[in-house]
Amino acid sequence: MAQQVSAKEPTAEQIADQQIYKQFGVSEQEYELICGFLGRQPNYTEIGVFSVMWSEHCAYKNSKPLLRRFPVTGERVLMGPGEGAGIVDIGDNQAVVFKIESHNHPSAVEPYQGAATGVGGIIRDIFSMGARPIASLNSLRFGKLESERAKYLFEHVVSGIAGYGNCIGIPTVGGEVMFDESYEGNPLVNAMCVGLIDHDKIQRGVAKGIGNPVFYVGPATGRDGIHGATFASEELTAETEAKRSAVQVGDPFMEKLVMESTLELINSGIVVGIQDMGAAGLTCSSAEMASKAGNGLELYLDEVPQREPNMTAYEMMLSESQERMLFVVEPKDEAQAREIFERWGVICAKVGKVTDDGRLRLIHQGEVVGDMPVQALVDECPIYNKPSAVPAYYIENEKVDTTRYAEVTDLTGALEKVLASPTVASKEWVYSQYDYMVRTSTAVQPGSDAAVVLVDGTRKGLAMTTDCNGRYVYLDPEVGGRIAVSEAARNIVCSGAEPLAITDNLNFGSPEKPDIFWQMEKSVDGMAEACRELNTPVIGGNVSLYNENRKGAIYPTPVVGMVGLVHDTDHITTQAFKKEGDVILLLGNTQAELGGSEFQYVVHGVTEGRPPQLDLATERTLLQTVLSAIQQGLVASAHDLSDGGLATALAESCISGNVGASVNFTADLRPDFALFSESQSRIVLTSTPENAERLAAYVREQGVPVQQIGTVQGNDLNILVNSKPAIAAPVSQLAKVWKDAIPCLMK
Amino acid sequence: MNFAVLVFPGSNCDIDCYKAVEQTVGQPVDYVWHTATDLSKYDCIIVPGGFSYGDYLRSGAIARFAPVMAEVAKAAAAGKYVIGICNGFQILTEAGLLPGALRRNTSLKFRCHSSILRVENNKTPFTTQYEVGELIDIPIAHGEGNYYCDEATLAQLKQNNQIVFRYADNPNGSVEDIAGVCNEQGNVVGMMPHPERAVNQLLGSEDGKKMFTSILNAWREQHGAASIG
Repeated sequence: MAQQVSAKEPTAEQIADQQIYKQFGVSEQEYELICGFLGRQPNYTEIGVFSVMWSEHCAYKNSKPLLRRFPVTGERVLMGPGEGAGIVDIGDNQAVVFKIESHNHPSAVEPYQGAATGVGGIIRDIFSMGARPIASLNSLRFGKLESERAKYLFEHVVSGIAGYGNCIGIPTVGGEVMFDESYEGNPLVNAMCVGLIDHDKIQRGVAKGIGNPVFYVGPATGRDGIHGATFASEELTAETEAKRSAVQVGDPFMEKLVMESTLELINSGIVVGIQDMGAAGLTCSSAEMASKAGNGLELYLDEVPQREPNMTAYEMMLSESQERMLFVVEPKDEAQAREIFERWGVICAKVGKVTDDGRLRLIHQGEVVGDMPVQALVDECPIYNKPSAVPAYYIENEKVDTTRYAEVTDLTGALEKVLASPTVASKEWVYSQYDYMVRTSTAVQPGSDAAVVLVDGTRKGLAMTTDCNGRYVYLDPEVGGRIAVSEAARNIVCSGAEPLAITDNLNFGSPEKPDIFWQMEKSVDGMAEACRELNTPVIGGNVSLYNENRKGAIYPTPVVGMVGLVHDTDHITTQAFKKEGDVILLLGNTQAELGGSEFQYVVHGVTEGRPPQLDLATERTLLQTVLSAIQQGLVASAHDLSDGGLATALAESCISGNVGASVNFTADLRPDFALFSESQSRIVLTSTPENAERLAAYVREQGVPVQQIGTVQGNDLNILVNSKPAIAAPVSQLAKVWKDAIPCLMK
Repeated sequence: MNFAVLVFPGSNCDIDCYKAVEQTVGQPVDYVWHTATDLSKYDCIIVPGGFSYGDYLRSGAIARFAPVMAEVAKAAAAGKYVIGICNGFQILTEAGLLPGALRRNTSLKFRCHSSILRVENNKTPFTTQYEVGELIDIPIAHGEGNYYCDEATLAQLKQNNQIVFRYADNPNGSVEDIAGVCNEQGNVVGMMPHPERAVNQLLGSEDGKKMFTSILNAWREQHGAASIG
């Protein structure tokens, strides 16, 4: 094989002698393996290709053993993990396609483009399956909003998401934002996209049919984003800023054109296989497509559209220039494919062909510049079972008694503090920057438990949410994992939908640290258990490791993106109190559980102890009961109790309904615990006075604890605990505190 | 009555406008590509929202050179109904079919939320079914909706009754709270808020319905057909 050596590129010998591969995150053992697969030393292009294919981002080499613990099948699952996105049947020959993906590290150094291209990437995953993207969500974490850096990152991440999503015309309908010192310097930016597809249109990323041409679609390849996948698989350090060139630049207008033309191509029925170029660009898409078909692929790099002169094979293979796709058609359909892209003004170039020898062969300027076995690239990356150890903090926390805190008596003041905490406060500042209405199908807008998007031409809707409380997961990863899935399901049910499945984004610190690997293991176990019990399999997701800052790892944050099916638009329910006179019911039991709560953080200034406990059988019964009650037409409003407990949930329902409530809550607890405990498996329902009896009776029959706690009325929120005054404030005052908090901090 | 919904590269409210025509008046409607050179079969042309040509350079500045725009100008001169919504409004001002210009919101941020408009002129074919002074809930979603025109133009707009809608609560810094204007003849209207997003109570408002039924009624009156409620 010829050795193409650019002046600046080291030779195969230099790579070996100087251990240059280590700069790419390839270990000595891995390098030896690669030499074995090749039967020789890899050249610069080849070691580059191997290093990205064998990065955590592409190969899941540290997380695969854990991912195998997730349930991934179910009667509705049409496609599980492995393709661009998972697919779930929703009846009538239609299916919902969704996936979540992180862009944490790019966003840490270049927040606007990092977030924007995160949105662009996940949208491509959806339409490359043949689905029409119908909604986006995002799950964000930043340091404390008092920090200047956190403000800067927050401002530009939101702006980047808005800039991309608004332009391409996909509504950003929901998500979550949390703030905590733990994420200082290492924000989390997880973007989720949801699409709709007809069963017979589902595509796969396969390079089938020996001799079939391979086409490249989208803007020309530049030198941006080179080694992005490797970058994503390292810890952020002081030198990270210097890696700014590893962040790609997005062009949502181009993606809109690529999306429309690609969907037209797919609808024409001529596509053999298609995949987007995401992480590791041309390398990953070509190798994976060949691997899935058990074939090889030959790429003619001179044919790759190039933005800059004198690009090397290495640069073209590793570039993460955005908005690009790779597809295969039969030779007879070439002209038809080209015509579609020409009409949309999108570049379409034949860059390769499918071969039968199982090799990825790169040809540049008349020479073979890379020749690697596809299987070695895709399947042979060593998988590591990292050592795991129970962290000292976890053992210490066992001894912490979270009921020892001095009693807080100014409960109205405490409620205002919690409502003003940026994590709980209104996110209108965020979502008013997103076009959440385009496509005219958004029935429940951002700000309720889950967003609901209508399925045009049917009476169905899709409810969607993202959830994860990193504090709970930190304090007890297994329980926290269970809660993340359960809370997502509770949000889905409260909006009137049946939970279908989840996509997950596992954000953790460095897996090289046994403490962190223990967090990963335990939280995956908790999530997997909850997915099994609640019948919501994992249909895909993403792993983001090495999320660390100067103080250490971020809180373990396995974000759950869940989609549910609203069987009839009549079932759509929101958290807002509806009418004066409506009866308020609290479902579930309240205990003194303050560990990891917003109250503990805001009022006592700590995150310690054990998080609230969660029994999955109890949760399942609660969810089935509430969904059935909603479907029977007995429920006026539904709101899940989460951050800030009962007091916060009642305040939110009052504020969003612009009406007051009078509540008397009976509990064998200190009032501050009763109102702010974050005990799980609790939901506040309201119903009309006529339905209240029936609703309470039905809930009781199902074995769910229920207490009638009050009435929707007036303009004030009045809460008594055990008949003693606890909280009294005009709703307008609470609303002001809640709504002004983030805008004030961002001024 | 035949409706056309123009499609530029980057239009993204084209589908919503199409659906709104189907749902509100049930008249024939076509997507018409930016390269089209004949609009003679259409009675109403909708220039939809979105980010035509990525809004690069300036919103609407590139779209106005698309081949179809010469036909839109012809249709406007012939008295046909032309409505530009959001990016469509920006394109019509860039094309000189409507006075004024749209600048960045004073907040410098994109804003998306419901907004209350006051109907100022119900003599246009697009607003006959509203009362003057009626408050209607029509959502906005734009980053550059800050309407500007010079003093002389503003005086003219007032004199000719060309201000069609005003915001009850100005979200973007527009001169005199202007949300929508028409040309002197009244057959070309541009507005930043999205009436096509307000035709279904399930989505929050149906106050935009009357815009579409007004258009159909105006056309029927012109052509001697019976009007609808």
